[in-house]
Amino acid sequence: MTTAITISGLVKDFGRRTRALDHLDLDVETGEVHGFLGPNGAGKTTTIRVLLGLLRADAGNVALLGGDPWHDAVTLHRRLAYVPGEVNLWPNLTGGEVIDLLGDLRGGLDPDRREELLERFQLDPTKKIRAYSKGNRQKVALVAAFSSDVELYLLDEPTSGLDPLMEAVFQDVVQQLRSAGRSILLSSHILSEVEALCDRVTIIRAGRAAETGTFDELRHLTRTSVVVDTARPLASVTRWPGVHDARVHDGHAEFSVDPGELNNVLERLVDLDVRSMITSPPTLEELFMRHYGEDITTPAREADAEVVATR
Amino acid sequence: MNGFTGTMRLVRLALRRDRITLPAWVLGMAGFLAATTAMFQDQYSKHPLLLEPDTRIVVENPGMRVLGLVTGPDVGGYTLHRDALVLAVLAAMMSVLAVVRHTRQAEELGRQEMLAAGVVGRHASLAAAVIVALAANLLLAVVLGLGMVVAGQPVAGSLAAGASIALVGVAFTGVAAVTSQLASTTRGAIGVAGAGLGVACLLAALGNMLGTVDSAALRVTSAWPAWLSPIGWGQQMRPFADNLWWPLGLAVLAVALLFWVAVVLVGRRDVGRGMWPERRGSPGASPALLSPAGLVWRLQRGALLGWAIGLLGFGLVFGALSDQIAGLKGEATEWYATFGGDTDLLGAYWASMMQIAAMAVAIYVTTLLLRLHHDEAQGTLEPVLGTAVSRLRWLGAYAVNALGGAVLLMLVLAVAMGITGGQAVGGTASLLRDLVGAALVQLPAMAVFGATVVVVVMLLPRWSVGLSWALVVFAIFVGPMFGPSLGLPTWLLDLSPFTHVPNAPAAAISPGPVLGLGLASALLAGAGILLLRRRNLRLPA
Repeated sequence: MTTAITISGLVKDFGRRTRALDHLDLDVETGEVHGFLGPNGAGKTTTIRVLLGLLRADAGNVALLGGDPWHDAVTLHRRLAYVPGEVNLWPNLTGGEVIDLLGDLRGGLDPDRREELLERFQLDPTKKIRAYSKGNRQKVALVAAFSSDVELYLLDEPTSGLDPLMEAVFQDVVQQLRSAGRSILLSSHILSEVEALCDRVTIIRAGRAAETGTFDELRHLTRTSVVVDTARPLASVTRWPGVHDARVHDGHAEFSVDPGELNNVLERLVDLDVRSMITSPPTLEELFMRHYGEDITTPAREADAEVVATR
Repeated sequence: MNGFTGTMRLVRLALRRDRITLPAWVLGMAGFLAATTAMFQDQYSKHPLLLEPDTRIVVENPGMRVLGLVTGPDVGGYTLHRDALVLAVLAAMMSVLAVVRHTRQAEELGRQEMLAAGVVGRHASLAAAVIVALAANLLLAVVLGLGMVVAGQPVAGSLAAGASIALVGVAFTGVAAVTSQLASTTRGAIGVAGAGLGVACLLAALGNMLGTVDSAALRVTSAWPAWLSPIGWGQQMRPFADNLWWPLGLAVLAVALLFWVAVVLVGRRDVGRGMWPERRGSPGASPALLSPAGLVWRLQRGALLGWAIGLLGFGLVFGALSDQIAGLKGEATEWYATFGGDTDLLGAYWASMMQIAAMAVAIYVTTLLLRLHHDEAQGTLEPVLGTAVSRLRWLGAYAVNALGGAVLLMLVLAVAMGITGGQAVGGTASLLRDLVGAALVQLPAMAVFGATVVVVVMLLPRWSVGLSWALVVFAIFVGPMFGPSLGLPTWLLDLSPFTHVPNAPAAAISPGPVLGLGLASALLAGAGILLLRRRNLRLPA
């Protein structure tokens, strides 16, 4: 069996000046839940639209379920389900009608599964789309996608409008699909969700894959935070190699350590007579902030260009 | 704080939002009126003796009386008779769209919620929308009048002419204020007001058609139905002849009354909902919905029904008038001979009615096919193409609905006209056969039209709406209804697909033009398909 998604060197330009995707690489293995993270305007939605054959790649190789998403769109779409980030549906159809329609256009849905999902997501299928709140419209799209038994699910920020109860239902459904061996690409901003569900993640920034791997792999690349109390004064900590952001007060210090330097730092601390110590691996949030943080220093003009690029 | 607090602030907001839209409407209408006035002024200053007989043609002919009311031989009046109905409909639509935009649409899109959370009274949005629409109509009256003055017409008559058009916009400002409270959707509010406009057109047309002609055959006195319609009121001002101003009072009374009704309704309903409650629907899709074509059918069947009712009424009324045409004498016969292209007067009359209907149905086809663009721009295309539906199948769904809708509408018209026409002049069976043939022979021209809209949507998505409507207006004005009487050169007339449609049932249906139009539509459709397969979709962010 081939991998679910293989993207290498994908370039997508909008006009001459805006480059939305800049040699992006992304691999989703069959049977994994892959987190797709990145700041707004980084190119997540553009990537998914290229994967659906809605946009045409300017350069690079894109393979989806072993096929070419531009040329084989229809045959490939029978094998996948998609939840768009912004759910735009027909205001005068009911939720139930939309679920049936989208399922049928994909090649059929399982009526029992549909009923079960309506029940679990507590969705009233008799209301018109225009009468639903944003969260409920999202549930319509989720029920429509999950009612079909397909190999691959492309989910573009699928839970941004859901309440915590529904978020739990969503995570439960995704776990079930994972144990059933389905592949899922999950673009999301909700870090706890990504941490709970995803086997691997790719962090995308300005149209490029900034980092990719399992959480453990990513954590190895990132600083560990240390809070320590010692008997002897800690003033010299700030000058040790590999130590960053240190805040020292007599025998108390808080700082972070580069991955390769942790052992050396520990040896020096022992000499100072450690009384108590907490080390914590970087959270996903810290991982994230490292990439988001760089964005804050990006010149405003470039940031504007990125926003335009998603249109 | 009363219900109108913040009205002037919202007026400024609305003016800021409409700073391009409303002036474009006003200038477009005034430019059209000034250009046609100048053209007729030029024509009749060269041939002054023609003005009286030409006026007689439109007075004696009930079919031409549909367009407006004639009062004596006068270049300004003659021009107004040609333009008044089109301009009145445009003025009404400008007003309806403006009022709905700032009331019902603002509620539907959730903007009203943000405004109403501020220091803004319950009735302020409604009042602001009505004020802006009335201001636009005041401007319209003056600019239309100036347009005619510039084209060489007397000042008093020109200003009355401008007011007679703007009067219709004023009345429909009130109508839209009420429909915005009744319907809970933008589309519903516009649709109900549009239906009211259709009724107003029909009443004015009936009133003039059934009216009486004076002994010199230069002046028509309308029958009572005209007095039930704001369009009729405008015509009763009789610009350039009597210059009566008091019918304007009817419109002012109407808008005041309707505004009061709307204010009362606002006080009785929730923001975001209309007086007509939102119904629940089916928990699942019927099998008929489960295909792209079924989806398109479902989305536009309401509009199609409205069009079918309109054409049914048109067909019944104009079929019944056939005997009046058969009894025509004098100069009016020449008009049908030119327009319908034959000296068989009845045949020419039916042919001309078929052509008018074909142009109307072309408008329906355009509204339907422009949904291709709206699907794309509003994002409803994304979930559909995310399933196993190809781009071609999506386009095909619209093509099937456009063609089926056009056939249905033309058949409704032909059958309605055949039935009442047969009653009036006899020979129902053969008339029905002739009219159905004449209706269907219009389809290749509509196919050319539809395929052109598809090419525009695929090639220039961002400009497609404006460009498509410009093409509709162009094709109608250089087409057989207006083109020849405007004295346009042949090559220009040939650009309209309607010019090439055989004049059935007056003339025999020749296969050449039909095949030519069919070929042209096939080539355009092929180009549209190629463009669709190649390009990126322009989806919302």
